[in-house]
Amino acid sequence: MKEMSRIVKTVTNFVYGFIIIFGFYIIAHGHLTPGGGFQGGAVVGSAFALLLVSYGSLNSKKFLKEDIFSLFEGFGLILFIVLGFSGLGITFFYNFLANSGGWFGDTAVIGVNPGDMNTGGVIPLMNIAVGLEVLSAFGVIVLTMARGAEFTKKKEKS
Amino acid sequence: MKKIIFGIAFIIFFSFLIVSAINMRTFGEPTISEMDDYFIENAQSETGANNVVTSIVFDYRGFDTLGEATVLFTAVVGVVALFRGVKK
Repeated sequence: MKEMSRIVKTVTNFVYGFIIIFGFYIIAHGHLTPGGGFQGGAVVGSAFALLLVSYGSLNSKKFLKEDIFSLFEGFGLILFIVLGFSGLGITFFYNFLANSGGWFGDTAVIGVNPGDMNTGGVIPLMNIAVGLEVLSAFGVIVLTMARGAEFTKKKEKS
Repeated sequence: MKKIIFGIAFIIFFSFLIVSAINMRTFGEPTISEMDDYFIENAQSETGANNVVTSIVFDYRGFDTLGEATVLFTAVVGVVALFRGVKK
């Protein structure tokens, strides 16, 4: 892929951090506000795609590595399955942390209210697991396809 | 001949659409929905999450979400397998 112009690169440098932070906000507040793991992961993945499109070359930023992303993806899926299995004392995917008083275990105030981060039981942990999986899936797909496109272009030239 | 058959089939299909559109309920008055009422009443006290949609997706129907995550993982595996011959 070719690099884009200096304007696009400057705007990307301004914006991509905010997009990533916004995506992580959506993931972390999935049990209080609209959104969740899938949506927030898609937002973070769009920031990766923006970086790759505007810079062109693959290793413009050091943290964009396929190995790290594939590691995170497997970790996210395994964490999700483990959280599903750990409620197995009652049923599969039982919310064993809700209203227990421990981690994320406070009881929610019934009715319309802004909400408390420390509620929701197993739901915030599952949001984090799914968000990690979705954002690294986006990263792996985008990076692999860009590498394939570069390879094809090089082969056509020679 | 073919055009006549297609025309008759189209008219029958379209008449079904019109009849169902006439018989539709007025906007804002859904059918009897005990499941929705149960979720709206009890989701906040049972799961402790304020967002009812998330509590349905990740708690009441967590198995469905597991399938979605597996589909995404399979898609990534497919893409990586498709581009496996490309060197770094």
